[in-house]
Amino acid sequence: MAPILELRDVEAGYGPFRALFGVSLTVEPGEAVALIGANGAGKTTLARVASGLLAPSSGTVLVDGTGMAEAAAWRFVRTGVVHAPEGRSVFATLSVEDNLALSFQRAFGRAGLAGALRRAYELFPRLGQRRTQIAGTLSGGEQRMLSLARVLVESPRLLIADELSLGLAPLVVDQVFATLGRIREAGTALLIVEQQVGHALELCDRAAVLEHGLITWQGPAESAGAALESRLFTTGAAH
Amino acid sequence: MSGAAGFFEDLFRGLLQGTPPGAVYALIALGFVLTYKTSGVFNLAFGAQAYISAAMYFKTHTLWGWPKWAALVVSAFVLAPLIGLVLERLIFRHLRTASAVSKLVVAIGLSVALPELFNQAARFTAVAGRQISGIMPDGAGVFYDPFGVYRFNRDELAMMAVALIATLLLAALFRFTMIGLAMRAVVESPRMTGLSGINADRVSAVAWALSSTFAGLAGVLIAPRFNSLISTEFFMLVVIAVAAAAVGKLVSLPRALLGGLGLGWFIAVFNTFLPRWSGDHTWLRPFQENLTPSLPFVVLFAVLVLWRAIGREREASDPLSGVDPPPPALAALERHPKLTLFTRLFGVGFIAVVGSVVWFRAGVLWMHLVTTAVIMSVIYLSVTVITGMAGQISLCQGTFAAIGGFTIFQMADRFNLSVLAAALLGAGVAAAVGAVLSLPVLRLGGVWLAIATLAFAFFFDAVMVKFSWVGGGTTALLTGTRVPRPLVGPVDFASDRAFLVLAVVVLVIVSIVVIQLREGTVGRTLTALRGSEVAAASIGISAARARIVAFAMSAAIAGLGGALLSMHQQNVNYSTNFGPVNALFWLVIVVALGARTVEGAIQAGAAFALFEPLILKGDLLAWILRGEDHLPGLFPMSGSWRLVLFGLMAIQFARHPEGLVEHGKRRASARINQWLEAER
Repeated sequence: MAPILELRDVEAGYGPFRALFGVSLTVEPGEAVALIGANGAGKTTLARVASGLLAPSSGTVLVDGTGMAEAAAWRFVRTGVVHAPEGRSVFATLSVEDNLALSFQRAFGRAGLAGALRRAYELFPRLGQRRTQIAGTLSGGEQRMLSLARVLVESPRLLIADELSLGLAPLVVDQVFATLGRIREAGTALLIVEQQVGHALELCDRAAVLEHGLITWQGPAESAGAALESRLFTTGAAH
Repeated sequence: MSGAAGFFEDLFRGLLQGTPPGAVYALIALGFVLTYKTSGVFNLAFGAQAYISAAMYFKTHTLWGWPKWAALVVSAFVLAPLIGLVLERLIFRHLRTASAVSKLVVAIGLSVALPELFNQAARFTAVAGRQISGIMPDGAGVFYDPFGVYRFNRDELAMMAVALIATLLLAALFRFTMIGLAMRAVVESPRMTGLSGINADRVSAVAWALSSTFAGLAGVLIAPRFNSLISTEFFMLVVIAVAAAAVGKLVSLPRALLGGLGLGWFIAVFNTFLPRWSGDHTWLRPFQENLTPSLPFVVLFAVLVLWRAIGREREASDPLSGVDPPPPALAALERHPKLTLFTRLFGVGFIAVVGSVVWFRAGVLWMHLVTTAVIMSVIYLSVTVITGMAGQISLCQGTFAAIGGFTIFQMADRFNLSVLAAALLGAGVAAAVGAVLSLPVLRLGGVWLAIATLAFAFFFDAVMVKFSWVGGGTTALLTGTRVPRPLVGPVDFASDRAFLVLAVVVLVIVSIVVIQLREGTVGRTLTALRGSEVAAASIGISAARARIVAFAMSAAIAGLGGALLSMHQQNVNYSTNFGPVNALFWLVIVVALGARTVEGAIQAGAAFALFEPLILKGDLLAWILRGEDHLPGLFPMSGSWRLVLFGLMAIQFARHPEGLVEHGKRRASARINQWLEAER
């Protein structure tokens, strides 16, 4: 079976700036991969390329073994590759419910919309209390919940999550990771970019270390800690 | 006819009379709001689209004799959405993440280019005296009188019916499908919409096709009310639509509907009663005569200035805007010093050669053209200040220039003041008007500032110019607004050569002032504001003060340039030189050639005066080919290609805000830079 996501020698950047210098990475169906690296290593850029938000300047992105020629995020979503971007990525002028309905309508159809909304509000009761509020007026943590609710309820085939825990209270972080564990058991593959390395490694099978736009180490999540430590005290300290 | 019963009957009649035009205004306002809501484009080209459909209807029905229904289907339901789709696909799809102001500039460029492009492509010329007929058979001749007060003709009934049906269909679309929600989402962030699995391209294509159909329909419906088919009439239609749409803060469809109807009612009622009141109170008469044609602009201006809720909210920014590459720097900033020196030397040499050729060889016509180029460069420096430096769009630069011209005219005519002193006074008056205007308006910012200045320009055009203390009143109609040339000591500037020297001196002084302004505190402040208003405010910069200075400076420069132009032509020539639609073209040409730099303004001035005689008439090519006989049959080309070319060039503003010439220079200088680095 072809890997659900495969990056081959991907280079990417913004205008004159390069952020990735030839990255290759695969995610198998049902597999969970943690992406680890310092600030500015290219993690977010890699997540954007993997979900079609950003076109690679060279190299290819394959979903289920088929090349995605042009970067069009909506095509990725329809093949089941869903991206939860970092930060407060909500539609600030739409209400909470409209934000959710936009995704759920496509994923579950008109009939499944009500059920999906109910599940989202069960996951984050706070959103249920504020369903008619304009998303831009939510607090930072609530906006995070909203963008997570959208992807967690959907149970996609592959979830690319960028800095999930950023700006959330520790209790909510635990809850989010519990939910991630649940959808992972249900068969969703994960590609997780996470500052809280401990949480991420616990959840994932495999880890990849990104340094200066290159993947410098890949291996099982159990040995990632030791590898990180040795890298930190050898090459990492040099920077 | 007296007493309360008569009053209410008249009121009722006014309301009925205002309903059909109100319905069409509502239709345009709906389309306008639809475009703004679904693509973030403040589509001033809407009038151009309406014009094209109306012209197509006229051509197919009146000239080719097609049946009315076929002409209507082709012009409003085939051509109009097609134009919308083409605009979306070729232009606006690539500008989704651009700022609202740069999208506005693109729309202005289109509004200049599209009508002429259609006229040239379809070989269409407005036929004077042949009015467009309405969409109903014998529409203007069959009447219905439901209330015994006002007789609707069949066309008016059709207008109301079409508006009603279109509104209901639109409401149904938004109510029963998710497309309305998707459209709103696409405006805010096409990338986020993509992450929700929605094809943003398709959504915005549907939106454009839909709103363009509204424009086309409104164009065909409203055309019979105009005496002849001129694209500027349709441009004013957009201003009316904006007035109606502003009532709904540009985003509410139901309020835009009410705004359109309300405007129709207001104008009709006003027209019913004002003549009667001014019969009793004679002091009202000049207002009555002048105010009626400009009511929509007055309403628009009043709404913008008085309604505090407008313009307060900032643009919602795309949370994923980080995906876009950062904006480029000015070419001059990243140029190799050797190259800068070389280009400066080349520029000075070029100007010296052209200058001496003009000085020794040019006849009267070319002397006139070159002087016009120099003076227009002065005026265009005012655009450099307000648009290039402050990043604001002002559409009343023509009005400021006219104020300069009229000041000279009045001062010389009444007080026999020295002309040069009057010119400086004119600049001062323009600056004062600019500063006063900017006080209520600068709070708005972005597209609102553009639209408020546009309303002011139309208001000045329709009302102020008519007053004798501005435009000279009835005497000016007979004798013209004559302006003398200055006479300083022994130098009489009545000679064209002497006047050219004067114009060049003024241009040099103004250029130095503009450069000083850019390098100084105000310039740096404005650069900071253009980068991020919030960040600038957080380090203690007052946006308002810097903008007022920029606005007043820009107005002063425009006033000085306008005064100079009036002196040159020895007449103000208000409507040919300074009309509100002319000022649109000014913005377009400056933005196309480079709004950030002084040389950009000078290039624009040269292009304004010389492009048509040199290039379009084929003179330059004839000189190169040694003889007019060798010219291809294409020449001489129509002057309206100028509008098409620069209008289309202005579209580049959204991608290359530094102007097309500047963009080309940057690419060239990057290449030469590489070469110079390699040599080292």
